[in-house]
Amino acid sequence: MTPTDFGSMLFVFVLATFIGLGVIRRVSRLLYTPLMSLTNAISAIAVVGSIVVAGADHPLTIRILGAVALFASMTNIVSGFMITDRMLKMFKKQ
Amino acid sequence: MHLIGELSAVLATALFIFALYWMNDPKTARHGVIAGVVGMTVAVLATWIQPEIIHHGWVVGAIAAGFIVGVPLSRVPLTAVPQRTALSHAFGGLAAGLVGTAEYFLWRGGAATAQMTHFRMSALAAEVILGFLTFTGSLMAAGKLQEVRWIPQRPVTYPGQNFVNIGVLAIAIGLGVAVVLQPGAPWAQQAFLAIAALALIFGVLLIIPIGGADMPTVISILNAYAGLSAVAMGFVLDSKLLVTAGALDGSSGLILSIIMCRAMNRSFTNVLFGAFGRAQPAALAAGEQKVWKQETVEGAAQLLDQARNVVVIPGYGMAVAQAQHKVRELYDALTKRGVTVKFAIHPVAGRMPGHMNVLLAEANIPYSALVEMDEINPEMPRTDVALVLGANDVVNPAARYNKGTPIYGMPIIDADKAKTVLAVKRSKNPGFAGIDNELYVQDNTWMLFGDAKAVLADLVKQFGGGGIH
Repeated sequence: MTPTDFGSMLFVFVLATFIGLGVIRRVSRLLYTPLMSLTNAISAIAVVGSIVVAGADHPLTIRILGAVALFASMTNIVSGFMITDRMLKMFKKQ
Repeated sequence: MHLIGELSAVLATALFIFALYWMNDPKTARHGVIAGVVGMTVAVLATWIQPEIIHHGWVVGAIAAGFIVGVPLSRVPLTAVPQRTALSHAFGGLAAGLVGTAEYFLWRGGAATAQMTHFRMSALAAEVILGFLTFTGSLMAAGKLQEVRWIPQRPVTYPGQNFVNIGVLAIAIGLGVAVVLQPGAPWAQQAFLAIAALALIFGVLLIIPIGGADMPTVISILNAYAGLSAVAMGFVLDSKLLVTAGALDGSSGLILSIIMCRAMNRSFTNVLFGAFGRAQPAALAAGEQKVWKQETVEGAAQLLDQARNVVVIPGYGMAVAQAQHKVRELYDALTKRGVTVKFAIHPVAGRMPGHMNVLLAEANIPYSALVEMDEINPEMPRTDVALVLGANDVVNPAARYNKGTPIYGMPIIDADKAKTVLAVKRSKNPGFAGIDNELYVQDNTWMLFGDAKAVLADLVKQFGGGGIH
């Protein structure tokens, strides 16, 4: 990971927020519950940060923090995507 | 290696945006899950193959543990989805808080690659505060929703509560500013840990004064916080992918919060600091004590059978009783007899956004029969029977005019305007918000007391073998 200009990160954040607002506004009202579990699984992309903390050559305590964070994110990814699919299946079969 | 990382991040970002885009229609929504899974897998693998990752056993172990806990969590009954959602916000917050803490100590230990600028340090402080407050706040919310015994269900309030809450947050932020200005000072390490502790405490304090009826809003707000903590983590780690995914999550939480607040005619601050559901100041004027009229199951079945159109208004009571499948049976019985049955969905019915839709979809009720509040209300005066099923505050006419009630101004489903109202209610006590409902004592309202599932089963029986032909 190379250090990026903070300004360009802010730029990405603002644009992503606008895209998010635009896309989420159009989500079917029927699907707000699966939407929440889906966005939750997606934001568990924080897993990439945890992998680096848990798996790189760091002191033991740091790696423990990283492993717990990795576990938490991974739980969200697995349960988030699976339950979203389970709910959406119920809407689709009609 | 670096190029692979960048390209996979771009790919994952695009897939995540598509995933949300496909949620605009139930027909395409499942593509979204596939897009999300592919995006996630690409991002994880691209990170994992970086040469700095050497402790593969740790990564494998934590991922395996995530599967072991995650798979059962995805199989909870749909009535428990609000708790699961709150729990997943807690996990998201925990991950952000822990990674933030690890990054800070790595930097202090001199091992971090990136420079600790004021900007990055601010992002780090924000990540830790948001992450840890989301963690304990969401755990509390999940506990309340699960009705864990030692977590009080009713709002807990005490004098000066808002002062204490804001004070705790202010101290955390103040310490944050100090650490940002002097990240390497000898006291900064203790200050950093104090920030984390205060954020953990603040999360608990924030949720204890909140009652069940406010849960849809609170879950949405916690969703936004979880997203923002991921954004802050992205700033710390210089990851555009994380910033984007966090921003998508955060904006989703924000939009849902706004919709929920609007559906209750309340502001964010009012939900978070207003302590809903305290003892109500004398709602019914003295001498106006009306009583409800109870109806038998046979009588109710007659009423439904003679109706041309019926609007069912489901609420949390339906979820608690797991009555959605019985609702489906009643829907089938009535539809077979030529009765038009629709379902009126209030945005805050249940304990999270969209809760009722998911439960009814589970019972195979076609989603074309699910109608939003704004669309159904003009039809209510032409409705023969409004069947209120474990809903309470969302049909309380007092919201229209009684300034003394906490739900004043909240848009409601006009059940009271239907020709006849049948209300199924678990007990004779007021609902979760602790407010009397005058719908129940209206002249055209008939009460059916009992567990929603049992009452519906009896009703369906009337249509099946014995009662009505």
